Amino acid sequence: MPELIAKSALEGRSLTLGGVTLAEVDVGPITSIALLPGGAKAVAKGLKPLGLSMPEPNSFAEKKGARIVWTGRDQAFLTGADCPDMEGAAVTDQSDGWAVLALSGAAAVDVLARWVPVDVRLAAFPVGRALRTQLNHMNVILLRSGDYAFEIMVFRSMARTAWHELEAATHMVAARAGVKI
Amino acid sequence: MRLTCPLCGERDRREFYYYGAEDYLHRPSEGAPLAEWDSYLHLRDNPAGVTKDLWYHEAGCSQWLLVTRNTVTHEISSVEMVAGRKA
Ligand SMILES: [Zn+2]
Repeated sequence: MPELIAKSALEGRSLTLGGVTLAEVDVGPITSIALLPGGAKAVAKGLKPLGLSMPEPNSFAEKKGARIVWTGRDQAFLTGADCPDMEGAAVTDQSDGWAVLALSGAAAVDVLARWVPVDVRLAAFPVGRALRTQLNHMNVILLRSGDYAFEIMVFRSMARTAWHELEAATHMVAARAGVKI
Repeated sequence: MRLTCPLCGERDRREFYYYGAEDYLHRPSEGAPLAEWDSYLHLRDNPAGVTKDLWYHEAGCSQWLLVTRNTVTHEISSVEMVAGRKA
């Protein structure tokens, strides 16, 4: 059996400009948990050892490095921990299908606002919220991980495009900040 | 234009895909008369006023939504999930 080496989509690259840092992050395993009809109780039991439960719409929760993210009706992603065996849900490994980008800094919100059609200011999008929305034309899961920090989950096949868009917006926001009016 | 998705909240129109009339929810039963199938597939009202149609939250939660809106005033009076709805 050959030893296969897992490689991330963007080789863990990072960039800091104008007080904004963009970096690819490794969130560990990603497992989709999609409830089957009547499966809620069994899934609650299955998640219990992790101290987590199925999240409310538009939210995520964390416990000891494991994170559960709402991704749709009766559906969530478990990241950062192996998924316990459970009944009541369709459980699929999604780890190699996604890339995760972390965007942080005081102006991170301005960078996102250039691509995302929802209000991402702190008052409208507080820490602990997770949305399914778009980054330009790409479907993403967007998490508010801190007052000045976001995580963006994007299909791995679009990782380079997502990076390109965010890098361009970071440059534009930094350039605008440098203009004296 | 904005739609308030029951799951995601108020979202921009660009996140949604328009499918067509609500009629698609009322599929004739097997063996229904041809006229009923014809109506289901081809015949649509074009009201000046309240209408119901289907939208897909393509760039959000991937839910099918039943939208009630007014073609004259552009008011959107309700957005419901198709899933779990009583026929
Ligand atoms: Zn939605």
